Amino acid sequence: MGRWLAVGAVVLVAGCDGPFSTLEPRGPAASSIANLWWGMLAGALILMALVLALFAFVMLAPKQASRIAPRHWIIWGGLGLPALVLPPLVGWSLVAGERLLPHPGADVAVVEVESFQFGWTFRYPEYGGIERDILHLPVGQPVDIHITTRDVIHAFWIPQLGGKLDAIPGHVNVLRLQADETGVYAGQCAEFCGTGHLPMRFETHVHAPEDLPAALGITAAADDQEEDQQP
Amino acid sequence: MTPSPLRLHKDLSRIWATGPGFQRLAAVNHTILGLRFMVTSAVFFAIGGVLSMMIRAQLATPHSAFIGPEIYNQIFTMHGTIMMFLFAIPMLEGLAIYLLPKMLGARDLAFPRMTAYGYWCYLFGGSILVIALILGVAPDSGWFMYTPLSSKPYSPGINADVWLLGVTFVEISALTMAVELTVSILKLRAPGMTLARMPIFAWYILVTAVMMVVGFPPLILASILLEVERAFDLPFFDATRGGDPLLWQHLFWLFGHPEVYIIFLPAAGALSIIIPTFAQRPLVGYRAVIVALVAMAFLSFGIWVHHMFTVGIPHMALAFFSAGSALVAVPTGVQIFAWLATLAHGRPRWDVPMLYVFGFFFVFVAGGLTGVMLAMVSFNWQAHDTHFVVAHLHYVLVGGFVFPMLAALYYWLPNVTGRQSVHRISVTAFWLIFIGFNLTFWHMHLTGLLGMPRRIYTYTEADGWTWLNLVSSMGGFILTMGFALVAMDILLQMRLGRRFRRDPWRAGTLEWAIATPPPPYAFASIPEVTERADRLPVREMGRSLAAGEGYLAHARNGWQETLGLHTTTGRPDQVVVLSRSTHLPLYTAIATCVVVLSLLFKVYWLALVGLAAVITLMLWTAQISGLRKDYGPLPIGHGIAVPPHTEVEGPPPWWALVMTLVADGTLFLSLIYGMFYLWLVAANWPPAAVMEPNLILTAVIAAGLVLPPLVARGALRANAKGRGILLWVGLAALGLAVAIAGLVFAIMQVPAPTRHAYSATTAAVLAYAVFHAGVGVLFLISNTLRWRAGFIAPRRGLDLRLTRLWLDYTAVTGVIGLGLVLVMPYLTEISGVQP
Ligand code: HEM
Ligand SMILES: [Cu+2]
Ligand SMILES: [Cu+2]
Repeated sequence: MGRWLAVGAVVLVAGCDGPFSTLEPRGPAASSIANLWWGMLAGALILMALVLALFAFVMLAPKQASRIAPRHWIIWGGLGLPALVLPPLVGWSLVAGERLLPHPGADVAVVEVESFQFGWTFRYPEYGGIERDILHLPVGQPVDIHITTRDVIHAFWIPQLGGKLDAIPGHVNVLRLQADETGVYAGQCAEFCGTGHLPMRFETHVHAPEDLPAALGITAAADDQEEDQQP
Repeated sequence: MTPSPLRLHKDLSRIWATGPGFQRLAAVNHTILGLRFMVTSAVFFAIGGVLSMMIRAQLATPHSAFIGPEIYNQIFTMHGTIMMFLFAIPMLEGLAIYLLPKMLGARDLAFPRMTAYGYWCYLFGGSILVIALILGVAPDSGWFMYTPLSSKPYSPGINADVWLLGVTFVEISALTMAVELTVSILKLRAPGMTLARMPIFAWYILVTAVMMVVGFPPLILASILLEVERAFDLPFFDATRGGDPLLWQHLFWLFGHPEVYIIFLPAAGALSIIIPTFAQRPLVGYRAVIVALVAMAFLSFGIWVHHMFTVGIPHMALAFFSAGSALVAVPTGVQIFAWLATLAHGRPRWDVPMLYVFGFFFVFVAGGLTGVMLAMVSFNWQAHDTHFVVAHLHYVLVGGFVFPMLAALYYWLPNVTGRQSVHRISVTAFWLIFIGFNLTFWHMHLTGLLGMPRRIYTYTEADGWTWLNLVSSMGGFILTMGFALVAMDILLQMRLGRRFRRDPWRAGTLEWAIATPPPPYAFASIPEVTERADRLPVREMGRSLAAGEGYLAHARNGWQETLGLHTTTGRPDQVVVLSRSTHLPLYTAIATCVVVLSLLFKVYWLALVGLAAVITLMLWTAQISGLRKDYGPLPIGHGIAVPPHTEVEGPPPWWALVMTLVADGTLFLSLIYGMFYLWLVAANWPPAAVMEPNLILTAVIAAGLVLPPLVARGALRANAKGRGILLWVGLAALGLAVAIAGLVFAIMQVPAPTRHAYSATTAAVLAYAVFHAGVGVLFLISNTLRWRAGFIAPRRGLDLRLTRLWLDYTAVTGVIGLGLVLVMPYLTEISGVQP
């Protein structure tokens, strides 16, 4: 029994593996959502089992089932059950969602992301508007990603760090992300944008804060380099 | 003095018959057309199914070289489009068309020619889409056609136009069906069948039809605007010129979310008939279910934003829409527990339909639960646009529509064929479908959570989705085998099924009181209903009705008669004389198709020719509608006499126009919403140039619009007194002509409509008024012709009342539009909040 449980656990964990997995979170936003998911999954399985059990009950033993008055079926099932489940769920989700918002803070870095058919550019205003096609982020620091598009709608998504947000012509959307560990994370476009939708993937390199300038190509002599950066 | 049953049957058969050969294309009968709708939609389902198999074949393994993105994009777009617009909606319409008159104790729907016209429009519109697919120029921007991907610069080909025009064509067909179903339910029932006695299925269809009437116009408007943007470069959705792609999304989902309920509710209605039959007791909580489904309809129009949680809407608004979406669980729960309670308080027995009811419970509940998950904003940010959503939507659509429809198929097929099924392969087919479905989609939730986006044409091993996809593809093929077996089963049942006399399921609804296969007139005589019409003694009633003991047990004047009721009391108040079979609907639909095709290929002069043909045919159709004589009260049996529908206050056409204007008004509101939305939200406002307010011009147009309704009242009075109406009609036409001239002049004053969304929306509002004034002129022409031909007389003033209503509407919306056009230039000055 124990062995099977262990095997099951391994399969489950291995099953959640993968570069784009939302179930292997590496940041507070993704973790909060993954927790919400596991909670909802448990609840949903219980509810589903309940409904199916009731279906079996009424089909197989209608005599006993008819002891519950018709009105009670409808009131308890249609009103009682949702009243029990929905408020806590909606509450949880709203509170959790609220925390993910880009609230103003002192220590927030900013990256400007521009999407286009078919690719991404990442600009770093703090470092004088350097442009790169790999996203570099500092570890452990909240970052506001300002998302725009040059043409059609795309969506910016790094599953292991947090949810996605669309890039919409005429709008600037701000996504708050934070990575808890250094490393390389996979990102992709999540909104269908044409024939090059699939290849619109990008890498996110998360560095220790002190390594970030180097990663962005800013050496001690950064000042003269900056001049040939296009704004 | 009832004639012999056999004689009655012969006479009615002759009157109601659709001829052989080429005459078949003239069919207007609800039984024939209901079946045509259903068979055609089944064919489209098969095509959509083949596409889904191509998707699954492509995704079965990584690095698949089977199809590239250009083709893949067409395939999934067409799969979604076909399933939603060419399968689900027409299938439910077909079921309603076939069943409703029979369930309600009527001989046909209110507007048989409209049923036929709706069918042809659907067939032609759907064929345009499928032919485009075969030619490799099918739409490829996804079934919700987000702009700007679907706009001209990013979709230069004809593909997007095919979608916009083809789907709009089909939508217009759906709208006519919705109007027809609403009016038929409200007016054409058996005497004594008050609304509160209708079988619950009729309630479901009534609510669905009303939802269609208000749900489709936003999409029709959006499609027209986008097609105009693509064809004439008027920027409604182009952010660089004051438009906004989000406006498309709002209008699309304002339709798209209710659409899901439009698909679900009729299926739930079928379940609410099937479950009580197999529980062998009437539905528990009849009233609670009605309240629940009305609540569901209202809720569904308030939660469209849950499809747009990732577009960057303020969090407070998201919280509102999130809670609203979760709330849908309540009316859903009420219905599910009403069904459980019905089974609990009955003596449930198993049969093939009940297997699918079980499948429904399993699959739909799972889909509902993932739906509640997706309503949670933060989770949605992760799951949105992944295969989690693909799994969810199939659980809802297949669970909430396909399984109930299969239950309905097995339940009502005997009604169509007069034969009962020979179980054996039905059960195998069910298990193949049930297992195949879950094997395809259950773990696809996980595929999505592992980050696989929807609408990608391949992936690599490194992504970690390989096994999950392979299993899904295998499941898909098992599922397909199940469907193939169902198709075989149906053929077998049609050939080999056991014949039965009447009411094989011991049901309690009237569609089983008629002979099977159903004769074209359905009821030899029309029943009187004295209790809730889902627990009637169907076998006895069937016998007495066939013997001519009900109402209208005669063949009078060669008329196709059925009874019209006072909507709420359920007392008969008119004999509705229905139109006979004719080719006119087919010709009108062909002309409409010419219009659509010439718009598609941008041959605009031909579109005008087609339009003229459509108008001529419609006026012609009007020339053979109604009665040229006063008849006064006509005996309908049991000592009661009521006038024909031409001589009463509230005949079906009146209600049809009211419903049409409800749809039209929704479209107008959507247009105004769009105008304000762009002003408030879009980038690149204010516009460089605005229209100079021209009070004199505005006053002239307003006068031209307001005069005709007043004149129309004069015409009604004159007609009532037996005087001529032509002078009045001429005066009204003069007013409309002035209005049209003024409006066209005003449109020419709009500064450069292609330059900015302000100008484009202003021109659209003015064009809306031109269109309505123009149709007003057609009403007046029709009045003239029909007055000359003797259809309009002192006691038969319906035409004039319809005209009055149309002119009232035209004046009200026109004046509102003019007001908006006047104030908009001032409003643009106070915007300036945009970056
Ligand atoms: C017969 C079995 C079916 C299978 C195996 C199937 C399979 C699929 C798959 C794999 C996709 C995702 C394509 C992608 O994102 O790349 C898809 C999309 C879709 N399916 Fe199905 N499907 C089936 C039946 C249905 C039915 C019955 C409906 C509706 C009544 C439906 C409606 C849709 C819609 C609306 C989409 C979205 C299309 C888009 O993204 O534009 N499907 N289907
Ligand atoms: Cu993309
Ligand atoms: Cu929705």
